[in-house]
Amino acid sequence: MSNILSAGTPAPDFTLHVTPDQMLSLKELRGRPVILAFYPADWSPVCGDQMALYNEILPEFHRFNAELMGISVDGVWCHAAFSRDHKLHFPLLADFEPKGAVSKLYGAFRDGEGVSERALFVVDKNGTISWSYVSPIAVNPGADGILEALESLPK
Amino acid sequence: MATLKVPVGPADHSQGLADAPVTLVEYGDYECSHCGHAYSIVKSLQKRLGKQLRFVFRNFPLREIHPNAEAAAETAEFAATHGKFWDMHDLIFENQNSLSEQMLGDLAHRLTLDRQALRNALKSGTFAERVQGDFSSGVRSGVNGTPTFFINSQRHDSDFELETLLRAIQKMIHSYK
Repeated sequence: MSNILSAGTPAPDFTLHVTPDQMLSLKELRGRPVILAFYPADWSPVCGDQMALYNEILPEFHRFNAELMGISVDGVWCHAAFSRDHKLHFPLLADFEPKGAVSKLYGAFRDGEGVSERALFVVDKNGTISWSYVSPIAVNPGADGILEALESLPK
Repeated sequence: MATLKVPVGPADHSQGLADAPVTLVEYGDYECSHCGHAYSIVKSLQKRLGKQLRFVFRNFPLREIHPNAEAAAETAEFAATHGKFWDMHDLIFENQNSLSEQMLGDLAHRLTLDRQALRNALKSGTFAERVQGDFSSGVRSGVNGTPTFFINSQRHDSDFELETLLRAIQKMIHSYK
């Protein structure tokens, strides 16, 4: 398993495609908590479950005014199709070119397989990582850790 | 390790003895085909383990992908207020491929429950809060898809085939002795 960035580390800024013609930078979201959910791939059954699950839990994240971003090395068109198919109401970012660059910045890239780890980060409103967790690749992490991290953010 | 954050209590729907050495909690969705598969596995477990197992079912409807899951969960809760939770639970899983509000009404009728009363309860969301309570407790406990099982409050992270669950439960029974 990778050594992911830990709590207390400033979250490295990045700019990635969120749709085929739109980019999103982490720093644009300063002022509210951000959940970064790195995952290995669109369409693999476990990931579908994880993103579908977070989609259902979105209202609980929004109670903390938090934004959720899914990130994998899949391209924008793949993300668009996956998101439409799963009726996702949160953005998926394409860490596609150069492949996995952002995942690597966060220590959440699996070299051998060329995909992101199943890694979760909660970034506070000032842009500092307040919690991070990497799950065994085969185990779909629930949302309990994310919610506990959001709860313990200073109000 | 994810653990059950809301302990099993009197408000839960359970089968088996409260002092059974093992309590198996399932968070499930009536429209989820994997839960349909798990339904028959749980029946086999109950047959094999008898008094050693208590089984609890909590609702975890994935509403975005399963349009009938919420209504099905509320229908089971409606039946529960007439002492027929498990009858309805079984009927819904046995007919999960043809779920609709009409069909849920038919199932209520089969259990001699008032079809119109069910329709009203679904319309006014009488049982929505109860279902949401289960859902939230699941989220807090680390439910990571459906079905998610907890064996004596520990999340079961392996597959849910009969042999796997049986082995995990028997291991728990031995540690209990």
